[in-house]
Amino acid sequence: MSTLINGLITGILFGFLLQKGRVVRYDKQMGALRLMDMTIVKFFFSAILTGMVGVAVLHNLGIAKPLILPTNIGANIIGGLMFGLGWSIVGYCPGTSVGALGEGRTDAFWGILGMLVGAALFAEIFPIMSRTVLMWGREGSITLPQILGLNNWIVIVLFVTMGLGLFVFLEKKGL
Amino acid sequence: MEQTESRGWSPYLAGALTGIVIIASAWIAGNYFGASTCFVRVSGFIQQLFSPEKVASMDYFRWFGPKVDWQVMMVLGIVIGAFISSKTDGSFSIKTVPDMWASRFGPSPVKRGVFAFIGGIILMFGARLAGGCPSGYGLGAMVQLAVSGLIVVVCFFAGGIIFARIIYRGGASR
Repeated sequence: MSTLINGLITGILFGFLLQKGRVVRYDKQMGALRLMDMTIVKFFFSAILTGMVGVAVLHNLGIAKPLILPTNIGANIIGGLMFGLGWSIVGYCPGTSVGALGEGRTDAFWGILGMLVGAALFAEIFPIMSRTVLMWGREGSITLPQILGLNNWIVIVLFVTMGLGLFVFLEKKGL
Repeated sequence: MEQTESRGWSPYLAGALTGIVIIASAWIAGNYFGASTCFVRVSGFIQQLFSPEKVASMDYFRWFGPKVDWQVMMVLGIVIGAFISSKTDGSFSIKTVPDMWASRFGPSPVKRGVFAFIGGIILMFGARLAGGCPSGYGLGAMVQLAVSGLIVVVCFFAGGIIFARIIYRGGASR
């Protein structure tokens, strides 16, 4: 039960911050994909870079266990690009679609319905996918420090440096 | 007195605070962010109402079965959190068609609804094939330096940017 309450509280905080950052809207999502307004990119990478540092500390201290999504190169690339196609049409991602509904954007409701249908279709076709696309390039739960042979903090410093560089670039360009 | 809508918080600040929520949820609950698995569970739940035997027999629902877990509650929380935030700062507004969409494709809510529905289908099929969405791969996997997170996030944006360019070709630039 406490896990569920924890999930709910986490979601409320996440939804609150998504909305305060103004990233749940279609105009902001498409603004980023059309390279006109990078609000969601700033939000997304600020969250990732902050989370990266804190989570690495938790992992190093053994407080939280890593849970690494496996790398399946074929499915990651084909699925990722397909997601991009759908994203450019609906203009919301799964997390922001429900946030958009929360701030009154009713078109998100139709997007959410479509996403439920998409999930159902994938469940139907999963047996075929698991024999084909999901078999292409199965590398397991690998991390960047592992494949680069570097300490995780070196990789984090690289990411943070690149991220800050990106932010400076975006601000200079006024995006 | 109608004021122009408040601009919200700096995305850097809201994003960094979200990073702290990510850290807290890993620490307290041992859970990492994600959103698309919950759509599978809810989809399974709806189908179960019509044909429970079929859902029980499907491999995919054996892994991501219809149940209420941490992530389903988190996604529910997003609706509530966004509602509270928008209601308290006056940015809540009922809108059937986004402005940018209307400026390119017209003000029809039906047209917008149909395309949002179709886009949603394609997006979620892709997300499940890839193994997750921007929450799971960005805020969950990239945060843990997973190779999968980097590949998928790059493909999300690459696909999105290419197709948005095609879709909006010929439209007003702003």
